[in-house]
Amino acid sequence: MENNLLADAVTYLAAAVVSVPIAKRLGLGSVLGYLVAGVIIGPFVLSFLSHPKDVMHFAEFGVVLMLFLIGLELKPSLLWKLRIPILGSGGLQVFITTLLVTAIGLFFGLPWQQALAIGMILSLSSTAIALQSLQEKGQMKSTAGQGAFAVLLFQDIAVIPMLAILPLLASSSDVASIAAHSGELHGWKKGLVAGGIIAGIVIGGRFLMNPIFSFIAKSQLREVFTATALLLVISVALAMQSIGLSPALGTFLAGVVLAESDYRHELESNIEPFKGLLLGLFFISVGASIDFNIFAADPALIIFLTLGLIILKYLVLQLLGRFTPMARPDRYTFAFVLSQAGEFAFVLFAFALGVNLLPQDLVSQLTLVVALSMLLTPLMLIVNDKFVQPLFRETKAEPVSDDISEENKVIIIGFGRFGQAVGRLLAANKISTTILDHDASQIDMVRRYGYKVYFGEGERHDLLHAAGAEDADVIVVAVDEPERSLRIIKAIQHHFPHVKILARAINRPHATDLLKAGVTAVERETLAGGLELGAKVMQQLGWRHNAAWRASRLFKKHDDEMVKQLATMSGDEKMFINHSMETRSFIEKTLEEDQHWEHEVDEHAWERPGKLKKNVHLD
Amino acid sequence: MQSVLLILTHPNLQQSKINYHLIQKANQLDFVHVHDLCEIYADGVIDIESEQKLLAEFDIVVFQHPFYWYSAPALLKEWFDLVLQYGYAYGPGGDSLKGKKWLSVITTGGGQTAYCKTGHNRFTMEQLLTPIEQTAHLCQMEYLAPFVVHGTGKLFDDKVRLDQVSSDYLKTLRLLGEGA
Repeated sequence: MENNLLADAVTYLAAAVVSVPIAKRLGLGSVLGYLVAGVIIGPFVLSFLSHPKDVMHFAEFGVVLMLFLIGLELKPSLLWKLRIPILGSGGLQVFITTLLVTAIGLFFGLPWQQALAIGMILSLSSTAIALQSLQEKGQMKSTAGQGAFAVLLFQDIAVIPMLAILPLLASSSDVASIAAHSGELHGWKKGLVAGGIIAGIVIGGRFLMNPIFSFIAKSQLREVFTATALLLVISVALAMQSIGLSPALGTFLAGVVLAESDYRHELESNIEPFKGLLLGLFFISVGASIDFNIFAADPALIIFLTLGLIILKYLVLQLLGRFTPMARPDRYTFAFVLSQAGEFAFVLFAFALGVNLLPQDLVSQLTLVVALSMLLTPLMLIVNDKFVQPLFRETKAEPVSDDISEENKVIIIGFGRFGQAVGRLLAANKISTTILDHDASQIDMVRRYGYKVYFGEGERHDLLHAAGAEDADVIVVAVDEPERSLRIIKAIQHHFPHVKILARAINRPHATDLLKAGVTAVERETLAGGLELGAKVMQQLGWRHNAAWRASRLFKKHDDEMVKQLATMSGDEKMFINHSMETRSFIEKTLEEDQHWEHEVDEHAWERPGKLKKNVHLD
Repeated sequence: MQSVLLILTHPNLQQSKINYHLIQKANQLDFVHVHDLCEIYADGVIDIESEQKLLAEFDIVVFQHPFYWYSAPALLKEWFDLVLQYGYAYGPGGDSLKGKKWLSVITTGGGQTAYCKTGHNRFTMEQLLTPIEQTAHLCQMEYLAPFVVHGTGKLFDDKVRLDQVSSDYLKTLRLLGEGA
């Protein structure tokens, strides 16, 4: 058995490792890569897998994790802003699609109960495929992405009443037996428990999690933090499942509650890899579950049903898109990305079969149709990108407004004395920043003064990504260790080459290293302050303040110039000159160079020479 | 080869329509070197040495600025005070700028009619600019007739006049740069 597990793991991972990069390279997107990999290792091509169905159930947890992550990006206030699209587009999409599919079912001579069940189940779209594709294209924050998200959210909620209605549609004799084994709780009791659990998630997330995360972060053990994050998500999912509610919905709610947490970015970067792997696994198992025997039995019918379903859903979505503020090109993306049936269909079909509502052969045919429609979505999105969207290029003069976007243009890494000065200046001028710091006690302190500080170590790519480095214009690296600062800068330059980096330099050697590394600007942490105090000393000695200030500023300019020259000059690749001896010789060299700095031109600034009296002091 | 040094002084360029508009045009001319004082000397501490080095490279200097209190913005005045030094620009041995051309490009909010004896500014532009003309003269520079844009407040409502100003501006710079 254990061997089997490892063999399966190798098969899945190998299939993903081979097919996904190829699909990405060909511009097909990772979802199609996973699906095709699934088909190839599935029972009808290579037949490598032992239990694809079991794996699919396990991998559905990827969808749960994904909704948690989406929740993390949606603050309650943003969610409230989305209430109209959720209820409007979402509600109408489910209602109209259900109605039309039911009508078609009736036309084919199905009993109304069966037709209605199929209508409801097929009205759902695939959260996994739609959101993964949108995220991959960076369109989550476009109006199309937001619209699609609103519809998907409504569908996730709609699953709950559907699970309740399906047994009722089954013949009355079966209803009793289902009700008997579906749970001990009924009616208001069940509602009470559900309300309690949801209240628990909201209150716990709001008041309990921050201190817990803070405590764990102080232990400085990253894997424990990861374990805590997973524990949180899985517990919420389990609690929801135990009362018959959608686990995805529960974790989404938990995500929304934690969206305001200081540990949001750290949570995001910890959960993200699990979500990615499980979703990949889910897509592979969907691919592997496609039953080509059923297809071969009646290919014409399956093709007709699949295309019919996609076209029907597409048309409904296009129609709804007209009533939203979405721009025309966005309406196409919106309709294409939601035109498939979703992963909930697998669950609900199995459920309908279980309650004897639908016959076995119909369920297998429809399950195949669902899988095929999912397989076709990435292809349709390619058609959309390559052929449909270019038609609108000219009319798309103005960029789509994404007022939903919360990403700040400035990220400050390291919020100690230096980073705070930068952040305070920006905040005072209404420029909001995303702040990352790795010192948990520091975060607590700064947070008390109303700053939004997130916990995390800046050189991790996933964390930078979660903090919105892609959309940032400037990243300020203000950490206090030269080596860490250079490591972070390397990581930023590697993953986000478009971002301008402005860095705090600890000392002269570090400044030189930073400039060599190619940052946009550096400021030495103590130079400006020291020179300003120097000017004040000169003032005490009788210099007019403006002359002293001028001398001080010119000296700084000269010194900055020297460092820049040093950065271009030396060929030696000593990146970390931290050795005390070397630092001392560096200072010695600097002091010697200062003696050669001549600025006699300034001797008669403003006036003719001879008229300047340096010791005029008016008091 | 750049032949025209354009010294721009506008403390509030982001809100200036006409200066921003014109400087965009000047930036497209490869023979014009735009030297933006407010950008370079944000703290007002002008580096005399590097300014004088820069001046040495050019035979034509354009000073572009709005007309503040019948004169140049403070930073440009500071630049005059510091850079045009005794022994450099005037006085014994002070002939570093000798023979270079000086063109002032000046924008005013008031209309042309305001700048005459009966207008509310009571003096003509020529009269008001005599300190600048004399500065150029003392530096032994050739003072060219200033390029003045009046009524900048309403300029952007008047497409015809705006186009005329823009093309005159470009023509002037071209004549300076290519004709020299």
